[in-house]
Amino acid sequence: MAKRRADTRNGVGDRALHHELLRTMLLQRRFEERCAEAYAVGKIGGFCHLYIGQEATGTGAISVLRDDDYVIGTYRDHAQAIARGIAPRAIMAELFGRIDGCSGGKGGSMHLFSREHNFLGGHGIVGGNIPLATGVAFAIKYRGGDQVCLCFFGEAAVNIGSFHESLNMAGLWKLPVIYVIENNRYGMGTALERASAINDIAERARAYDMPRSVVDGQDVLAVRQAVGEAVQRARTECVPTLIEARTYRFMGHSMSDAAAGTYRSKAELDEQLKRDPIALLRSRMQDKGEITDAEVTALDAEVRAQCEDAWQFADQSPEPPLEALYEDVLVDTTSDPELAPVAAGVPPTVAPIAAA
Amino acid sequence: MIVTYRDALNQALREEMERDDRVFLMGEEVAVYQGAYKVSKGLLSEFGEMRVVDTPITELGFAGVGVGAAMVGLRPVIEFMSWNFALLALDQVVNSAAKMLYMSGGQYPIPMVFRGPSGAALQLAAQHSQAWESWLAHIPGLKVVTPGTPADAKGLLKSAIRDDNPVVVLEGEMLYNTKGDVPEGDHLVPLGAAELKREGDHCSIITNGKMILVALQVADQLASEGIRVDVLDLRTVRPLDVPAITASVRKTNRAVVLEEGWEMAGIGAQIVDTIQRECFDDLDAPVLRVHQADTPMPYAKNLERAAKPDAAKTIAAVKKVMYVAN
Repeated sequence: MAKRRADTRNGVGDRALHHELLRTMLLQRRFEERCAEAYAVGKIGGFCHLYIGQEATGTGAISVLRDDDYVIGTYRDHAQAIARGIAPRAIMAELFGRIDGCSGGKGGSMHLFSREHNFLGGHGIVGGNIPLATGVAFAIKYRGGDQVCLCFFGEAAVNIGSFHESLNMAGLWKLPVIYVIENNRYGMGTALERASAINDIAERARAYDMPRSVVDGQDVLAVRQAVGEAVQRARTECVPTLIEARTYRFMGHSMSDAAAGTYRSKAELDEQLKRDPIALLRSRMQDKGEITDAEVTALDAEVRAQCEDAWQFADQSPEPPLEALYEDVLVDTTSDPELAPVAAGVPPTVAPIAAA
Repeated sequence: MIVTYRDALNQALREEMERDDRVFLMGEEVAVYQGAYKVSKGLLSEFGEMRVVDTPITELGFAGVGVGAAMVGLRPVIEFMSWNFALLALDQVVNSAAKMLYMSGGQYPIPMVFRGPSGAALQLAAQHSQAWESWLAHIPGLKVVTPGTPADAKGLLKSAIRDDNPVVVLEGEMLYNTKGDVPEGDHLVPLGAAELKREGDHCSIITNGKMILVALQVADQLASEGIRVDVLDLRTVRPLDVPAITASVRKTNRAVVLEEGWEMAGIGAQIVDTIQRECFDDLDAPVLRVHQADTPMPYAKNLERAAKPDAAKTIAAVKKVMYVAN
């Protein structure tokens, strides 16, 4: 699994970095292939949305963060959780609905959380996580910190009110948040062109006085560079950014639908498969002599073994006890308000909320 | 000290913001304008614009900003100018604030308050006159309080801010100017505790929020006719203080539930259900409910009066369960 780093180098030519990015994306791919298998045999239930094909976007973006930054995602969240360093065991156990899952078996595929990793969840309502990310960034500014919040959502979310409300506040108040649109071109089965009055959706940032960029979401290094610049801007200048990463999902919207045939053609899918983000990075590394075929094979074997280990761990992890049903509905520490916690002693900044 | 409900809320906010620098107030017109109902008067100059934050008219957005800030350790107080404007924001109240702790397996508590006026004022018509108790009390993961007096307004809001859970505070336009005695000092009212506002042994009137004022008026009028009623102010509608309800009904053997909202799936339905399960053998009469007419709120004065629960309707219900002529 990827080690989380604090470096913000562009990374071009950095052999170790490329190995790490390749390893993370391959782990995401093999992990989700096992998810599909587990779903087919009934070990994973409910909705299960795979990120296969989009790995470069989440991996590149998260790779530029520090450990104390924050990540918040959508219901398509397995790969971001892996990129953030959450153990595949804990993720698979969550998908299996087991006690050792990263959300204790109560969240499932759409609600992966890890406080240890500042991973603020997968969220199941389209657009619902965008105001949350904005609030996290508000809290960072309130405390005078230099962290950032990275927020992922699909291109269909740019049409919902919470997107516009959030970007307006982030632009107005200058909050350290990076909004990453994972533009995989389809909101379930509705093409972007059939849902949005404009097709260059990054342009929406103009309405909110916000820097914007469009990046090839299949190129992990390009994503890294674009998000790296945005993170730097957020960290040092408290300026938000909207990034549109143009990517493609190789599977259906969820495990319930076919990859092609209704809203998109097999021919289109086949064309997109030629730009597999993992193959793109691997070829680049091979061309530069950064990795041998034998190393690729060994790396693949290693991550497959890790996924098998995650499966076995999840399968052996117990179901949550029935008492867990009623736990975590409310925090019960403050039934006596006298005992409630007092100030943490972190004074808020006196900085004005809006940039002069 | 005699203060208005509005000033009691203001005191609560000021004291809790002084006590804990993680507490901030955010909403429409809370800062420069000092609150649409002046609840936040003076707070901007005292605490600055980072802690008293004017928002655009964007309820869904700033409700979510509050939840996000709470996820990483702040203790937001989100003011809705009216709960009637907060329907879009309910996605963040319900899907984010109420469920975050649970779906994260206990990792992310949401210590925050959503507050503002709820229910009908005078002739504000259909879209501005709705009581939200039953909608919000339906949701596991929320606490819901409905202070009816200045003392409870202060004490409940202070407790709500200190609570580590999302707490909904439903106030009332018609309550802000009411006056009452508020204890000096760090006055706290525990969440989940009802209070007997009037003692009697003939019938229990179980109510909450601004209906307390109606119930007390009813109690006075009935007393002059020799009928003594318990007026039980629930104060918190989630969690319900079941022992207080059962204690009162076991004493009086009769109950009328008075609520501001609609009948269907209302708070009163839950209370009646509690009474029939816990006090079946204690009852001498069916439990009756007094509530808003099952219509949107009309504008015309006479129709609005007819739609609202009031003293006359409550007196009629009490007399009916006592089998005395009205």
